[in-house]
Amino acid sequence: MKSYYLFSKDYHSEIRTRYAINSLIMFIIVAVSVILFSIGNERVPGNLTAGLYWVVIFFSAMSGLGRAFISEEERGTSMTLQLIASPSTVLSGKIIFNLILVFAMNIVITFIYSILFEEFVIQNYILFIINFILGNIGLAVSATIISAIIAKAGSKGTLYPVLSFPILLPLILTSAKLTLFSIDGTSINDAVFELAIVACYDVIMVSASYMLFDFIWKD
Amino acid sequence: MNNYSLQANAVKKNFGRRLIFSNISFELINKGIFGISGPNGSGKSTLAKILAGLISPSGGKVIHKSNSKEILPERLHNHIGFVSPYLILYDEFSASENFYFFARIRGITPDKNKIEDLLKRFLLFNRKEDPVKTYSSGMKQRLKFIFALMHSPDLIVLDEPTSNLDEEGKESVYKIIGEEAENKIIVIASNEERDLSLCGNIIMLENFKLTGSR
Amino acid sequence: MIWKVFLFLLLSFVLIAGIAFPIVNKPSLWYEFPFIKGLGQNAKIIFFHVPTAWLTVIAFLMSTIYSIKYLRKKNLDDDAKSYSAAQLGIIFCILATITGSVWSKFAWGSFWNWDPRQTSIFALLLIYGAWFALRSAIEQEEKRATLSAVYAIIAFITVPFFIFIMPRIMTGLHPGSADDTNAGPVVSFKMNSNMQLIFYLSLTGFTILYFWMWRLGYKSIILLTKFQLKDQNKQL
Repeated sequence: MKSYYLFSKDYHSEIRTRYAINSLIMFIIVAVSVILFSIGNERVPGNLTAGLYWVVIFFSAMSGLGRAFISEEERGTSMTLQLIASPSTVLSGKIIFNLILVFAMNIVITFIYSILFEEFVIQNYILFIINFILGNIGLAVSATIISAIIAKAGSKGTLYPVLSFPILLPLILTSAKLTLFSIDGTSINDAVFELAIVACYDVIMVSASYMLFDFIWKD
Repeated sequence: MNNYSLQANAVKKNFGRRLIFSNISFELINKGIFGISGPNGSGKSTLAKILAGLISPSGGKVIHKSNSKEILPERLHNHIGFVSPYLILYDEFSASENFYFFARIRGITPDKNKIEDLLKRFLLFNRKEDPVKTYSSGMKQRLKFIFALMHSPDLIVLDEPTSNLDEEGKESVYKIIGEEAENKIIVIASNEERDLSLCGNIIMLENFKLTGSR
Repeated sequence: MIWKVFLFLLLSFVLIAGIAFPIVNKPSLWYEFPFIKGLGQNAKIIFFHVPTAWLTVIAFLMSTIYSIKYLRKKNLDDDAKSYSAAQLGIIFCILATITGSVWSKFAWGSFWNWDPRQTSIFALLLIYGAWFALRSAIEQEEKRATLSAVYAIIAFITVPFFIFIMPRIMTGLHPGSADDTNAGPVVSFKMNSNMQLIFYLSLTGFTILYFWMWRLGYKSIILLTKFQLKDQNKQL
């Protein structure tokens, strides 16, 4: 419950300042239109749309998810949080916030994407949704812990995608593959290995984050 | 009955390989006002933060005990009130929103009467619905005292408590320190003569160590 | 001193033997190497490429181990050891990437094919690069040590994923990978005894070289910070 109220604090703050939301929406629009412009009138094969889908997701995530901790550090309120909550509460609150943001963001991206790309037709909806959920969890958790590192490193926002990319690469590669499977209509039985990898990634990232966050959070 | 003790055992702190202080040992029991004094750069604020559990010492140990049971580090925050010039509250929220969220995040139900009482004592009651960013620096400093006192902590650590305050503000701070010291431990890190005159015991930080007390 | 001479002689021998010893179809003399199908003359890269790739991994492992040690003990010497290991790691990583892609130009026809191993070493390069970028962004020593240690550990636990998913996502061309039909597991079966001997000598030589450089590296970092500290204290 404590972490829910921490999330609620961030949510109300976001409603008031609209920092993450505005830049996130603009970023999605920019990223999608850059891809559309560069494609022109060409027909894009299905496997390319799956990859491009995750390119848009990655860059949009990089523009919005870093705010979780950077905003606290910029305003100097990290110490205040330290005085009112235990490290695990702080991390949980921020992960909840980023989870909601990632899910909202990716629903919007998927919606825009399926309207604009004719080849982006999902055959296996269940596989797509399982991958969507697992992939988003991994993305949100990794983005949160990297955001904590970046914030303590002195809010160097430019470093955020640099540090996140190697960490997110296995997740993005596997999720892109699974998205391709769901476009091809591969059955879930054939995709169990990839699904297991994404699930493992989520579990390992969550446990590593909770184990290492104390070191990051306490100066 | 409150039975709180704060024990520092050979506490040492260095930044990088540079020593700030070492071999700091003392014990504070149950109640009273204790001062930390020393020239600039002697590590007063650092020691205050270490006592409040905000940063960890490079060596030695700080032990907080409530009813002779050691408090776990992840629960320490609910036993401590902390005021410092570096402390910043959420700008975009009003005072009462700040306190509502702080209480909720701590996991306690906001005590409306207590908060309103504190707001009145620190002369902020009629500004409580305004966003904090419209406050002057003195008003923000007074707000920090409410933040430090609202959850009835056992140990209050004050780092330069009267900076930015006018006469009126200082008076209300001294008065409330006197009241709270009846049953709590208060630690004041300051160089102001008037702040230190409240203290029963003062430790002096100088040349990387504890040089004396009075 | 004596072991430095020994290391010099060992590496000189490996260098000469690795480059000069001929590859023939039926090796009979002690200095002749066997012809491995699919590799041919290119096989000689194994004496230089494999040790660099091996040291890239060793350096990464050591850097992570000293990161964990730092987080437990908060001793800045461990951070210096971790940093020194990573410095050598990125050098060997670049060397492995270059030697590998030169070899792949002759074996596979292009410098870069996104083979699973190429992708993996690329990911390692990215991790090393990000790690150094993070370190250079932080001024304060302890903060730098802590944050980079945490990042090293997080990066380290993602590496196994590459090993599992890469072969599923792209087909392997690299000798020794599962779908390689020509050379197969090179080291154990296709090399004759003298080739193996040179290979292991090279591996030993490079590993000793690494540890020597690593010790020099971290000792000089520790000395440097001590001198800086003395200067600071003089000024005070």
